[in-house]
Amino acid sequence: MAKPSTSQIVTQRILAALPSVIGVVIVTFLLTRALPGDPAAFFAGPAATAAAIEEVRRNLGLDKSLLEQFFLYVGDLFRGDLGVSLITGQTVVYDLMTRLPASLELTLAGLVLAIALAVPLGVLAATRPNSWIDHGIRLLATAGVSLPTFFTGLFLIYLLYYRLGVVPAPLGRLNILYSAPPQITGFYLVDSLLSGNLGLFGAAAAQLFLPAVTLGLFALAPLTRVTRASMLGMLSSDFIRTARASGLPPRQVLFGYAFRNALLPIVTTLGIVFSFLLGANILVEKVFAWPGIGSYAVEALVASDYAPIQGFILTMALLYVVLNLLIDLLYVVIDPRAGVES
Amino acid sequence: MTTTLKHTRYVIGENLITFAAFALFLALALMAILGPAIAPYSPLTTNSAIALQSPSLAHWFGTDQLGRDVLSRVMVATRLDLGIAVLAVALSFVVGSFLGTCAGYFGGWTDRIISRCIDTLMAFPLFVLAMGLVAALGNSIENIIYATAMINLPLYTRVIRSEVLVRRSAGFVEAARLTGNGDWRIMAYHLFPNVLPVMMVHVSLNMGWAILNAAGLSFIGLGVQPPTAEWGIMVAEGATYIVSGEWWLALFPGAVLMLAVFCFNLLGDGLRDLIDPRMRT
Repeated sequence: MAKPSTSQIVTQRILAALPSVIGVVIVTFLLTRALPGDPAAFFAGPAATAAAIEEVRRNLGLDKSLLEQFFLYVGDLFRGDLGVSLITGQTVVYDLMTRLPASLELTLAGLVLAIALAVPLGVLAATRPNSWIDHGIRLLATAGVSLPTFFTGLFLIYLLYYRLGVVPAPLGRLNILYSAPPQITGFYLVDSLLSGNLGLFGAAAAQLFLPAVTLGLFALAPLTRVTRASMLGMLSSDFIRTARASGLPPRQVLFGYAFRNALLPIVTTLGIVFSFLLGANILVEKVFAWPGIGSYAVEALVASDYAPIQGFILTMALLYVVLNLLIDLLYVVIDPRAGVES
Repeated sequence: MTTTLKHTRYVIGENLITFAAFALFLALALMAILGPAIAPYSPLTTNSAIALQSPSLAHWFGTDQLGRDVLSRVMVATRLDLGIAVLAVALSFVVGSFLGTCAGYFGGWTDRIISRCIDTLMAFPLFVLAMGLVAALGNSIENIIYATAMINLPLYTRVIRSEVLVRRSAGFVEAARLTGNGDWRIMAYHLFPNVLPVMMVHVSLNMGWAILNAAGLSFIGLGVQPPTAEWGIMVAEGATYIVSGEWWLALFPGAVLMLAVFCFNLLGDGLRDLIDPRMRT
């Protein structure tokens, strides 16, 4: 069989993600329409009159059959119409788009911190199996996944803000003394650097630090465990023994040979780690008053504002599908063998 | 049987942490059963005269903004928190076992349909899906249980499916079939019991995650409503006071929640060592 080119593999992976997208759209639709309760009353909000509810019912096409409703819903999606938020008065798409960069910046910062900590710890544990270092790291990782993110966040706030005063108040992305950098990527850290404002960068980094650590701690455990297990597997394999026997320096054997191969399971685990992170993100955003889409959805939940919640769930699910796709593609880049077997 | 016991003793001897986790588990179970009976104060009676007192001999965990005893509330909440998690895990275990065994045993279209549905659930970040389910189904404790069960369903279905799949054409299954057992009988009495030990590890690890999930949902205001005592909601209520220095409101329920999750995770690790040492990572 001829080896498929990288572009073929990429196309194939993108096509494989399509059923997930369709499934996500169907589930999000069903979540609002086919479940008990009157969706029109949901969308009109708790304070709506009977006439207003009727109007919403007609506008949303809720008086039509379920199948017709589904096609109307998909049509709305293609036009980028997710409805209007009752709290902000803006369209849901606008709200989500303005808030999404904040959530992404936080999630990515948490992920980078987790990887930066988990990979060295995992390698350390794997090179000294069953030592006290190994057991200690294992205990630490289990503790990390047992910590409720909202609790860790509050505890860190108490310790580092209230007691020690080394971090700024946990109120959003920037201290009120600063104004946001000109919008380029929407990531304050990147935008402030692009506009050459180092003071602003420092302020944004200081605000980001605690929430990112809180998130990172949660993602630490699965990454550390997988790194350890996959490094252990590699270190006991034949080609490592050969490399050692040939007298290669230990450092080259460890990082050039073992680690490169151990990377693959770590990348695979990123999928589940993202599922964790996106969920934990909601809680962390609430604790740190972070103006992302998670806290937006929580506010909407409290106010029974239904359109934003639906938009949020759809956005998160699509984001997760895209992230999984990226992980798949990353896999193809790292491992030339991937995609050939099928 | 004696070899199992010996092995158990060996594992406990090797792994004191697992033993400690087991002791902690017993303590939690006892608290869940006896909590309301042995709590020193009523978890709901308010008394503004003693509001926001720091921990003392009379109130070990202090009092909250309405003068309720935090220790009593934490103790009483054990039953609710563990109850939600146990029911949710039991529900997803039963449904997941059924779906997974069917998918693995019958294969073909049954497998394709079940696997496709499960894949769709997995396409969501799980906590987000739970949040959406509770928001749609209505804000009640039952719906928290259903939502938590739903997001755990993929795990059970997938693990059982793959475990059944590898045993489907094993010798003992063929033997059972030749002696005249029907499909359902083979699944229930021959395949499922073989999968059970592996599942126990997942149940234990999953319990911790279910507790965390339910507490997270009530932290953002779903499910359990005030003034009911529940760890997640207690942390949420205490959150407001942490920046003014009243740390005990959020710390104690949060710490107990963490201990409970930690206990189930360690227990799961220990069980894994006991059942299959090769699975350890």
